[in-house]
Amino acid sequence: MAMTYLIRSPISLDALLAEVSAPACGGTCVFLGTVRDGPEEQGVTAIEYSAYEEMVEGELGRIVAEVRERWSGARVAVRHRLGRIPVGEASIAIVTAAPHRAQAFEACRYVIEEVKRRVPVWKKELRADGSEVWVDPSGRPTTRPAHV
Amino acid sequence: MVRPSPSGTIRVRFFARYAELVGRAEAAVAVPLPATVGDVVRRVRDEFPGGQALPERPLAAVNLQHVKLDASVQDGDEVALLPPIAGG
Repeated sequence: MAMTYLIRSPISLDALLAEVSAPACGGTCVFLGTVRDGPEEQGVTAIEYSAYEEMVEGELGRIVAEVRERWSGARVAVRHRLGRIPVGEASIAIVTAAPHRAQAFEACRYVIEEVKRRVPVWKKELRADGSEVWVDPSGRPTTRPAHV
Repeated sequence: MVRPSPSGTIRVRFFARYAELVGRAEAAVAVPLPATVGDVVRRVRDEFPGGQALPERPLAAVNLQHVKLDASVQDGDEVALLPPIAGG
């Protein structure tokens, strides 16, 4: 399978913008998710991202198809970066373009929320003190995507 | 009618923290058919070193699609046990 949504190097926003650019699109929306070291994280230096890569490709492909179905004329480009990503660098970039801004914003929000819910990617925080912590955003290991 | 295959071999894949808990990324598991994803999970928990550390009801996928634990599995299927998703 051709890997199209996953990369292991820094994400080029210019490339994604070029992918969605079209004369009929008057609004373009960019979302970047970046590795954070805030008060909740306590000394995170980087995050190690891993994935069920074949399934990520399938699930992201379905999400992109859903966007095209729900927002007529919308265009989407997505990259999720894997491997060790330092604080401040982007782990995911989503660019949506649509005839009007409302559709572009809505489609962009839809993609990131569905990624958080459905796309099998995991992260391990690497901390300044040498410790490593798997991140469980749910806090409930038995939780599952609502659509299944 | 006689079923041609009374047992199936399932390729089970483990990711992230689950792979660390069982000390491997994948395994072949034989189950009597018909069987569900839940049956595969029980077998893994019962028979694999570290298996008891896995939740009884993990997120799961069959052949790259999210499924519930009562989904059926066939010979040759790939079952993945997925820790809580943390992408983005």
